[in-house]
Amino acid sequence: MHSKKSVVITGIGLVTPVGKTARQSWDSVVAGRSGIAAFYSDIDFGHAASVAGQVGDIKEQLDAILSPSEQRRTDRFIHLSLIAAREAMHDSGLTQVEPICRERFGSYVGVGIGGLGVITDAAKALDQSGYRSISPFTLPRAISNEAPAWLSIKFGLKGPTMAVVNACSSGNDAIGQAFRAIQDGHADYMLAGGTESCLTPLAFVGFGNMRALSTWKGDPTRASRPFDKDRSGFVMAEGAGFLVLERADLARKRGATIYAELAGYGAHSDAYHITAIHPEGYGAVHAIEHALEQGGVNKQDVGYVNAHGTATPMNDPAETKILRKVFGDCENLLVSSTKSMTGHMLGAAGGVEVAFSALALKHGVLPPTINLENQDDLCDLNYVPGQAREKKVTCALSNSFGFGGANSVILLKR
Amino acid sequence: MAFAQEDTMQKVKMVIVEKLSVPEENVKAESTLKDLGADSLDIVEMIMRFEEVFGVEVKDEDAEKIKTVQEAADYLHGARTK
Repeated sequence: MHSKKSVVITGIGLVTPVGKTARQSWDSVVAGRSGIAAFYSDIDFGHAASVAGQVGDIKEQLDAILSPSEQRRTDRFIHLSLIAAREAMHDSGLTQVEPICRERFGSYVGVGIGGLGVITDAAKALDQSGYRSISPFTLPRAISNEAPAWLSIKFGLKGPTMAVVNACSSGNDAIGQAFRAIQDGHADYMLAGGTESCLTPLAFVGFGNMRALSTWKGDPTRASRPFDKDRSGFVMAEGAGFLVLERADLARKRGATIYAELAGYGAHSDAYHITAIHPEGYGAVHAIEHALEQGGVNKQDVGYVNAHGTATPMNDPAETKILRKVFGDCENLLVSSTKSMTGHMLGAAGGVEVAFSALALKHGVLPPTINLENQDDLCDLNYVPGQAREKKVTCALSNSFGFGGANSVILLKR
Repeated sequence: MAFAQEDTMQKVKMVIVEKLSVPEENVKAESTLKDLGADSLDIVEMIMRFEEVFGVEVKDEDAEKIKTVQEAADYLHGARTK
């Protein structure tokens, strides 16, 4: 039995509705800037508001990574993953350190949905024009595991490679599983995070008809309202967030910049419902307690929680109850939902939010929850409303809860 | 006849330029599709586009024999004028 290895974060890369780099995205959430804007479509979305968190034009960043013919054989969720992963690789400094043993370097990528637009377009073409209209690149463009495949190909990563598909907790689970891979000695370095880009009419209508999406009719920047009385659902978004995880002793030896230690990962299921969170937060409570126990962290040392905080009517009170259950009166605990600014990036959310949590620990600044104007009575924690808070904290949690009852929690230590 | 062949060659080149994103001047009659950067999936996709452009059907066993730009143009010209 080998002893467990410690794992640290040495690189961060982000491409989100609030910025095309980690620096831009972090500066935006600290400033409380929303990245939500109107989304234009000819199709009537019914229950869902036509608003989304969009990244915008990525041509320049993409051209630096993929040739035009490679761009044709990849969908946008893969593009976003390559951009964020490349930034994380450069940020870690590992691209300059030779020789890195690439057999010991893997990649786990969380993807909630994958190339939905590619699939819907191909289905239409097949109906209208038959099999001759379907490119052989259709499936390689669309399937989720092509995101880690491209990272492996582009960065020469020959360690374990896998897509983690677990709804909105995909990103957290990819990071958690990558953490375990290093802990248990299967790899020394892991590029881990999440990516998503499925802003298609089918996704708006599918989530909308579940009554999961915001119905906000006014200013789009006010549509994502976690913990607020007037919240009506989440705002769908696209983006990608990646971390370079590294065996702590190797990172220290090469003098790498360390953002935080990844100290614990809890993943527990509700065994309850295909979409709804357990009303008593069964799985989530266990996930948090497991992560704390694994990290050897006392409850009172957790100063910040980056909440799942989707702004659905159901999530926010349940998550509040979960945190109350674990942390008790927890007057010092500060909780915020950066989804109030980014929207909900689904499979990418965990990747981005663990990165924000690591930056919060490193810089001693906690990003706010914006649009929290009338706090729901059932949501009675301190959610850092409106403005970022300067505060040195020792430990932070990042929560992700997925449809199907998967709850996963990442614990970081300064 | 020469014009017809030239026309076929021009169309073949346009498909290759479109599908492989290579500059037109790189696409020579003697270039192999592989040298131009095509992998097995690119070749399938190009053949499908040839079928569409020329209104012909290319059997898999015929497609396997096409290695160069010239061979593609010859085959398609033959199939078209049959």
